[in-house]
Amino acid sequence: MPKRRVVGRNVLRKEGHQKVTGLAQYIDDIRFEGALYVRTIRSTVPAGEIADIRYNFDRTGFTIVDHLDIQGRNIVALIDEDQPSLAATDVRHVAEPIVLLAHSDRTRLAAAEVAITYRDATPNFDPERSDLLFKSIAIDKGQLDRGMAEADLIVEGEYRAGHQEQLYIEPNGVVAVPEDGGVTLYGSLQCPYYVHRALTVLLGVPAEKVRVVQTETGGGFGGKEEYPSMIAGHAALVAMKSGRPAKLIYDRVEDMLATTKRHPAIVRHRTGVKKDGRLTAMEIDVVLDGGAYATLSGVVLSRGIIHASGPYRCDHVRARGRATMTNTPPNGAFRGFGAPQTQFAIEAHMDVIADRLGIDPLRLRERNALRPGDTTATGQKVGKDCSALQVLREAGRRTSFSRKRKTFKGSNRGIGLSLFFHGSGFTGGGEVKLASKASLALTERGVQIRVASTEIGQGTRTMHAQIVAETLGLPYEQIDVSIADTATVPDSGPTVASRTCMIVGRLLQRCAEDMRARLGRNTPAAYFKKHGGFVVTKQYETPPGLEWDDETYRGDAYGSYGWACDVVEVEVDPITYQATPVAFTTVHEIGRAIHPMLAAGQIEGGSSQGLGYALLEEVVMRDGKMANAQLTNYIIPTTLDTPPMAITILENPYTHGPFGAKGVGEMPIDGPAPAVINALRHAGVVVSEIPATPEKIMKAML
Amino acid sequence: MQGTIAGRQLLQPRSLGDAVKMLRDDGPLVPLAGCTDVYVALNFGTLQPTRFLNLWNLDGLRGIEARGTTLRISALTTYTEIIKSAAIRRRLPMLAAAAREIGGVQIQNRGTIGGNVANASPAGDTLPVLLAADAVVVLRSAAGTRRVPMTSFYTGYRQTVARPDELIVAFEIPPVRGRQWFRKVGTRAAQAIAKIVVAGVWDTARAEAQPRLAMGSVAPTPLRLSKTERALGSGASLADAQEILQREIAPIDDLRSTAEYRRQVAANLVGQFYGEARSRR
Amino acid sequence: MRLTVNRKAVTVRAHPLTRLLDVLREECGLTGTKEGCGEGECGACTVLVDGEAVNSCLVPVAQVQGTRITTIEGLGGKHPLQRTFVEHGGAQCGICTPGMIMAAAALGPRPSLDAIRLGLAGNLCRCTGYAAIYRSVRLASRGRSKGKGQRAKA
Repeated sequence: MPKRRVVGRNVLRKEGHQKVTGLAQYIDDIRFEGALYVRTIRSTVPAGEIADIRYNFDRTGFTIVDHLDIQGRNIVALIDEDQPSLAATDVRHVAEPIVLLAHSDRTRLAAAEVAITYRDATPNFDPERSDLLFKSIAIDKGQLDRGMAEADLIVEGEYRAGHQEQLYIEPNGVVAVPEDGGVTLYGSLQCPYYVHRALTVLLGVPAEKVRVVQTETGGGFGGKEEYPSMIAGHAALVAMKSGRPAKLIYDRVEDMLATTKRHPAIVRHRTGVKKDGRLTAMEIDVVLDGGAYATLSGVVLSRGIIHASGPYRCDHVRARGRATMTNTPPNGAFRGFGAPQTQFAIEAHMDVIADRLGIDPLRLRERNALRPGDTTATGQKVGKDCSALQVLREAGRRTSFSRKRKTFKGSNRGIGLSLFFHGSGFTGGGEVKLASKASLALTERGVQIRVASTEIGQGTRTMHAQIVAETLGLPYEQIDVSIADTATVPDSGPTVASRTCMIVGRLLQRCAEDMRARLGRNTPAAYFKKHGGFVVTKQYETPPGLEWDDETYRGDAYGSYGWACDVVEVEVDPITYQATPVAFTTVHEIGRAIHPMLAAGQIEGGSSQGLGYALLEEVVMRDGKMANAQLTNYIIPTTLDTPPMAITILENPYTHGPFGAKGVGEMPIDGPAPAVINALRHAGVVVSEIPATPEKIMKAML
Repeated sequence: MQGTIAGRQLLQPRSLGDAVKMLRDDGPLVPLAGCTDVYVALNFGTLQPTRFLNLWNLDGLRGIEARGTTLRISALTTYTEIIKSAAIRRRLPMLAAAAREIGGVQIQNRGTIGGNVANASPAGDTLPVLLAADAVVVLRSAAGTRRVPMTSFYTGYRQTVARPDELIVAFEIPPVRGRQWFRKVGTRAAQAIAKIVVAGVWDTARAEAQPRLAMGSVAPTPLRLSKTERALGSGASLADAQEILQREIAPIDDLRSTAEYRRQVAANLVGQFYGEARSRR
Repeated sequence: MRLTVNRKAVTVRAHPLTRLLDVLREECGLTGTKEGCGEGECGACTVLVDGEAVNSCLVPVAQVQGTRITTIEGLGGKHPLQRTFVEHGGAQCGICTPGMIMAAAALGPRPSLDAIRLGLAGNLCRCTGYAAIYRSVRLASRGRSKGKGQRAKA
């Protein structure tokens, strides 16, 4: 890899100084003169019809908004158009928004009593008994029956994963300011153009009347991918009706009760294997609980099912998946987006197979890992940038895995591994449909990046500036990044799907190549003086050779995949049944680390979330409502719950990524849960459900 | 924040004498110490009371001192002060152990032992310690001082014998002989509510010494396990003692755990206590 | 009520039961301290009161009269922790960062890794997995930040 000036170095985070001084402006920090505070009145039943709404308070000074105030269409525009912004007649989940109240006095706002009576309907909380299918997907490769016939042994397993709450430390919040027959929406969000579209549809105004400005965002992890369209719509409705800025910031309890979570999943495997461990046939069934409205369930299912067979070669695969409706708050995007659920299942299942065959789990994976030239379940041929074996062997070597498998036997300690992969960018034809754009502007002040990609902690501004600086041959400090403001930046697509570097970064690289050519030997200032400014805009182009069929779900699902292997050592306390991860090692191949420290930060942070998913994070649902919607009771790892982490980054460039980079944001969360489950199995504790709480471990041990 | 301040009142006495007079004459008043429980309720909008009495800066409510053989811990002693106290490390290390497991540093700097006792949660981390130590609760009112053994202090779920005009001012700990034992099983390694919490004392150096065992989160109040203690002290087998334990405790399923888990772990903890005590002989 | 905030005397008009967090953010205009949960679990609201870390969402302002309160704004912008949190990845999304830095500032000189983990157990971070935070705190305590004017210490 050639040594670079900027790319590959740990330059200072662009907005780092603001973040460590308290200067960074998150939405709740910004003062809006004359703003009204908004409160959302929500359903208290999981299913039913609204019979009556009574406003039992003095309405002086209040703005009240219900579905009749909606001038456009009463939907949260996303993919399906099933979710209303405000419930009109029927409600389908607890915490469904019905009415908005707004007042300048928070005390009066909090004291206002709204009494809603319902005609209750019978709710369904079981995704397997649902009568509403959001999406189903089928993947077929080869002939399953043939593969099963070849097998020496058929191994079955069922794996369950519960909800997971994104738990960004900054809750959802927006402020809508009415302007000139339209609205400007400021807020904590990942996708300004998603919100933009949702507002034009809801308010029934033309595109130029809506402006969306991302404020500094305190974490997203997917929880601010599509949900902000809902909260923004509410604030905008109040702003339009009252003529005043409308401030809607959720507190933690409301955020946990009402906003999206990771889809719970039930995954069943039936696998044919040879005695030597070779996979001959894989039959997989995936059920995702979508909650009450579709939101992104279809896409989560898509990514989940494509990753369901793991990073393995197998000639005969039949995978079936469905996302169904239950009367619970709608689930949505969360880092990994279906892949953590299905890779948890396949990786836990691989160890069941290893056990049954008496083969070391590492050897089993070595035998079956994809190699360059092999095809995935969708028939995609993986190329030289496939590193499954490298990450597996490196992780096994660094942790003395096979030796510890022997020496830990019979103790309270177990060691387990997981091998996993993650496609970068939108699935199949998704990037073509997005048609993302990025712009680079030469102004009097210098070079400015204009993209809709948002900084949410992962280092977007920094990493994009590095790519541009390197390509232009300019110092990193001279590259400025515009605020993600729809008035200024083109639609670069959403900040999701591990695409911000690989896809949008590549667009910026192409912009910079163009700008470089035009600048010639001039500095930006010199050029500007002679010729004035200009803007270069580039749009996504599919890399040559990529083909995908949405009907048959066959072909090149993603431009490129990252590859990783996690090894976890877990100690089980025989008195309390608590499982403590005591060592964590991971090897991640991500194409190219534009900023090694930021990349390591993604891996450490995502892995920590994965450990929480495995052991601690349980959403307790009672009658369709999250019963533990407080941080006291929904627990994420503290410093004392997080083991030391040894991170190794390998580079194996992807031709069409900027400087060879693939994605890194999501892959880290795919691996820890199965590695933990496999370590528990090694310690004698068989649990097939996550989180593997002490209560579940106790049941497995007694 | 879901609660509001409007319409609530804070009285600020300048002395302990003032405070108890206010409790007698200006009640009902909820005393405020470190606020680490009361303000959570305020934030959640579940705080019903509207009138409060600020104890934070009152003289006479802080300090740890040995008075003869009695260790006196004043009610507004914070967990940080407990952790740092040489006297407590020497005489009541199980209390320091409990304080270390409460919240994080921020909670330890404000939370007080008096507040923990007054809050009367069955999961309070210091409560089994005070029970096992045979602590005495010192209550003060305008009418005078009253002492109540900790073992008689709780009468039901979040119910104490303290009258509305009384303040907890201190805890008096008699000498504790023998090895002290504390274990909290939380929902995670730090900042955790106890699923089960246990404190024990057993002076195994003296053959006639009786073990003392107390447990939280297994009943509507923290429990002194007197029957289980007697079984252990009378030479019963561990299995027999564990059986008696199951009849003495009444754990429930709740948001954090299950009755089944609590029963099993309670038995395991008694086993651990028993095993460690005996291995010292 | 009179408080000292970041070494300046301040007179506060808020109701005595007002959370210190709200007094700082709204009356003093110091929005660096954040609210993440309102229940004393996340530590994003951590400030120092007479040098001790507290959750300002759980403190009535009446109880800090006459004390010295330090918020993130009071560190001056060039504190070693502020430098290392930028240089070594201690801050990603930044929302936990003010509280985290204040809690770290209260740790005392040259804390061990164990002391750091214990001292920061009341501060939740969802982005970093804490590893970069430990590195940032350790390097700050050793005087090893790359900022101008900062001598490297052994």
